[in-house]
Amino acid sequence: MLRAQGKAVHQCDSGWVPVFVDQEQSISLMSVGFLLENPDEAVVWRGPKKSALIKQFVSDVAWGELDYLVVDTPPGTSDEHMATVEALRPYRPLGALMVTTPQAVSVGDVRRELTFCRKTGLQVMGVVENMSGFACPHCAACTNIFSRGGGEELARRAGVPFLGSVPLDPELSRSLEEGRDFIQEFPKSPAFSALTSIAREILNATPALLS
Amino acid sequence: MEEVPHDCPGADSTQAGRGPSCQGCPNQRLCASGAGAAPDPAIEEIKEKMKTVKHKILILSGKGGVGKSTFSAHLAHGLAEDENTQVALLDIDICGPSIPKIMGLEGEQVHQSGSGWSPVYVEDNLGVMSVGFLLSSPDDAVIWRGPKKNGMIKQFLRDVDWGDVDYLLVDTPPGTSDEHLSVVQYLAAARIDGAVIVTTPQEVSLQDVRKEINFCHKVALPVIGVVENMSGFVCPRCKKESQIFPPTTGGAEGMCQDLKVPLLGKVPLDPHIGESCDKGQSFFVEAPNSPATLAYRSIIQKIQEFCTPRQPKEDLVSS
Repeated sequence: MLRAQGKAVHQCDSGWVPVFVDQEQSISLMSVGFLLENPDEAVVWRGPKKSALIKQFVSDVAWGELDYLVVDTPPGTSDEHMATVEALRPYRPLGALMVTTPQAVSVGDVRRELTFCRKTGLQVMGVVENMSGFACPHCAACTNIFSRGGGEELARRAGVPFLGSVPLDPELSRSLEEGRDFIQEFPKSPAFSALTSIAREILNATPALLS
Repeated sequence: MEEVPHDCPGADSTQAGRGPSCQGCPNQRLCASGAGAAPDPAIEEIKEKMKTVKHKILILSGKGGVGKSTFSAHLAHGLAEDENTQVALLDIDICGPSIPKIMGLEGEQVHQSGSGWSPVYVEDNLGVMSVGFLLSSPDDAVIWRGPKKNGMIKQFLRDVDWGDVDYLLVDTPPGTSDEHLSVVQYLAAARIDGAVIVTTPQEVSLQDVRKEINFCHKVALPVIGVVENMSGFVCPRCKKESQIFPPTTGGAEGMCQDLKVPLLGKVPLDPHIGESCDKGQSFFVEAPNSPATLAYRSIIQKIQEFCTPRQPKEDLVSS
């Protein structure tokens, strides 16, 4: 999604060198994807091996000076999630961002994810409601394909901040697929303004979360 | 099992308990005794249990959020429309058990009988089992590592009194990890008919489907075919179609042609599907003539044909 497919990871004295995805070198990336010889190869690992790699990603990668380390996790509350929390605990993580789609079936799973955060002492920064509504490009009629409002309601009930809703936008998906910079090319997209607003909320909330 | 060392050779490896990284591991003695390498007796027990189950189908996806559980639930509904077909739906997504909600069974609990755990029945001929039925609150989180999840899956296969079943459908979490390995291993002696893989049209999903197909080949699991979900959206107002998840690299159709696996069908986006799932009702009942329902029915028929191929004409003539 970040146009870094096929890149290789190199070693330096202080560990693995993460892959920079932009010219300005403001975003670096580490993923098991870089360690596979063949992109179609399945990573058929049980829990302990996955946990071990995650610990290495935190302690053995030469991240350098970072303002934010963002960790993308698979769905669930299992080995990967426990390993991430344990590996990051000494570094006092800011917290967790919950992403849900609006319908009750998704919200049902995110409720359990909130419990995971509570039990592992991970602060919840807020909830994002993704795929929230679709504006037809032909007639501008809005259809709530995956329902609406479930994420906002969840945040309210759980007493955590609601950071915003991101609508469905085919251009976002297409940009990610074709390796184009969505933010450069579609600044007028409602998805762009939603994403920017959420990022701003996180930046604004950071000092309070750090203290 | 407790924490394992970084270079753990694996409990079933020949180096188990003997490798250099095993020193100091709390499980070292257990592994060195060879306990990890012996075949699990549960495999034979499950084989016996599965004698009353005619067809076993796994529903897989590489990626989360592609509509796998929605598909599994509606495959179950579709098969069970024939009241003479006995269907069982097993949800092995231990951390995210959505099936109870989608089937309208939220809040139900599992009962024990002399012959084991009883599935929860939606209809007389449609029984469901999920870890969701073992949790007392919708907020309960199942924070388990791999080995404990594997134990639960073993119990589901060995201790549930499924009875005589025509189709056992197994809904899985996304990926290729503990749950997938375990269900394939525990059913190894009982023969799985095959796997249905659910995807959405975009390349980031297809990338993971290729890995999933790779996994199926690695574990000798036949691929029944691929379902492309969320394939196009027709605006209810102007009736024009949009590709919300654009098939930038040819979608599932292109991928299936390249990898020579069957494309079972494409299901369009329909807001009524999500609504029905949230209400715990069958979408087929809510919208019997919608394009999505028709797509599902065609896919279900192909799956049935895979599992129960028709007799060749020559046999019919001679009998």
